[in-house]
Amino acid sequence: MQSATAEFDIELVRGILTLSARGDWCARNLGAIDAALRDFEGDSTGREIVIDVKGLERLDTAGAMVLQRVLKSSANRTEASKIVGAAPAHKALLDEIEGHMGQGPVAPAHRNAFIMMLERFGRGIVDTYFASLEILSFIGLTLLTAARVVRKPSRFRLTSIFYHMEETGLNAVPITGLMTFLIGAVVAFMGAKILRNFNAEIFVVELVGLSVLREFGVLLAAILIAGRSGSAFTAQIGSMKLREEIDALRVLGLDPIEVLVLPRVFALVIMLPVLAFIGAILGLVGGGLVAATAMEISPVLFVGRLQETMGMSNFWVGLIKAPFFAFVIAVIGCFQGMQVEGSAESLGQRTTLSVVQSLFLVIVLDAFFAMFFLEVNF
Amino acid sequence: MSGNGGHRCVIEVTGLKTQFDAFVVHENLDLEVREGEILGVVGGSGTGKSVLMRAIIGLKRPSEGEIKVFGEDFFAATDARRLEIEQRWGVLFQGGALFSSLTVAQNVIAPIKEHLRLPDGLARDIAAMKISMAGLPSDAGAKFPSELSGGMSKRAGLARALALDPELLFLDEPTSGLDPIGAAKFDELIVTLKKALGLTVFMVTHDLDTLHAACDRVAVLAERRVIACGTLAEVRRTGHPWIEEYFGGPRGRAALAAKAVGAPAGARLE
Repeated sequence: MQSATAEFDIELVRGILTLSARGDWCARNLGAIDAALRDFEGDSTGREIVIDVKGLERLDTAGAMVLQRVLKSSANRTEASKIVGAAPAHKALLDEIEGHMGQGPVAPAHRNAFIMMLERFGRGIVDTYFASLEILSFIGLTLLTAARVVRKPSRFRLTSIFYHMEETGLNAVPITGLMTFLIGAVVAFMGAKILRNFNAEIFVVELVGLSVLREFGVLLAAILIAGRSGSAFTAQIGSMKLREEIDALRVLGLDPIEVLVLPRVFALVIMLPVLAFIGAILGLVGGGLVAATAMEISPVLFVGRLQETMGMSNFWVGLIKAPFFAFVIAVIGCFQGMQVEGSAESLGQRTTLSVVQSLFLVIVLDAFFAMFFLEVNF
Repeated sequence: MSGNGGHRCVIEVTGLKTQFDAFVVHENLDLEVREGEILGVVGGSGTGKSVLMRAIIGLKRPSEGEIKVFGEDFFAATDARRLEIEQRWGVLFQGGALFSSLTVAQNVIAPIKEHLRLPDGLARDIAAMKISMAGLPSDAGAKFPSELSGGMSKRAGLARALALDPELLFLDEPTSGLDPIGAAKFDELIVTLKKALGLTVFMVTHDLDTLHAACDRVAVLAERRVIACGTLAEVRRTGHPWIEEYFGGPRGRAALAAKAVGAPAGARLE
């Protein structure tokens, strides 16, 4: 069916250029003759031409468009140019297409790459400035709404809060536990290797205790939740925004911050400390297991030394950070969800941004906490 | 394609049963779409008009029965055959279903580039022509789908459905959400395209004016099957209560009156 090709001949008959089209002028055949036709268009500008389509087998819209284009290229100065010999069906198609010719170019104009790079750089800086202002105002709005809700506890959406606690907290326990368990084991292994050189293997207890209790337990839980729940918040709220659900909430007299954002923030602020606690314990278990199997430090000795050398303060330092991390993750996730506009692509961008920003802020915050606790000797 | 009563059938559905888990949408459904006709599919909300369309275009696997498009069972065909069939039909989804990361022009160019391997300039010319044919202004090509109104998205979706010059066009509620003038123009456009390109059109619609102005035959979906199929007059003669209510209600009578006076969109029927 597609075996036939599109062909044409050009003749000069009594000063009139005649283009005879033959074969199947269908879209898939036109690629082969497009360049030759454009050459002809260039040569024939301003001259009278006649397009003879008697020999056409099949014609589709693309073929008709190309014939009309050839005709138009000459018709600027001569009105005598015409298409002759069209079968009725082809004539109808050619007439239909004639009304849709001469549309403007559809390709966007190309621009200098260097200028575009400069523009992107500048735009990036300005955007970052305004984005930070917007995040700050969103945090303020969330806190204000929270204060209002706390004064009127009947407005707490308990079902929603518990749902998100299960979704973001309970369901994340296995993966958080496994991750911190493995990290605890890895820290112990690395410590064992170096400490053995100094015959100070027993210090692996302090190494594991300090790193897991102060940092790894809470940090790993936060990183995991940022990737797992922060992105989910953005995607949920973002797709609600796309389908005008947020607008529907507003016109129904419901505050989206109160209905959507607060339950998520509360749920994370409650559950991240729990996850951090579980993480810390399992990290110690992982370290202890390696100490027992690879270094002959019995679990009894491990726990005893842990109690002796690690004050409770280390444990509290880790746990205190958790609600702050949770707040940042939840607020960024919801904020980015609210910023989604228009397309699925925007949803993807915002979800990426949400994870990147919350991870970045969690680690910056962690550094501030480390300096703070160092200063106050806690 | 098989003959049937002198007509060649582009789509043949026999004994179709579709279901979502235990919920049965269609049972024992038979339908024929003849070459070169515009078939309107009507039915109450939830009678599975869109599901029928999805089953025919291979998006919803039927649990029983057979669907033949261009004389071939899509679900039994090899991948290569499927690709061939897919290039011979165009589909306009209800919301337009434009790719949101591409401009309108790029949306139309996408199938042309993918399947025809034409030079860029020619592909762009074809896309501009299709966009204009679908009734969009020329500056619409550079816009992103998120910048379009509902009606414009539909037209852009139609331009993409027409990109490969299909023989068979599926339209899911093409005029819903359009203003009456735009809807009438849309009907006219479909009839023109049908005449000029010899298109066969399978159209799911609620629009009574469209049924009068554009459709050669009407299939009525109710009770999980096609309860009537034929010209409007034939369908009305069956006297089924739902059909009576549909065409005899105030809107149905208004559309009929409009047609008698001289329908808005180049009326041609019977």
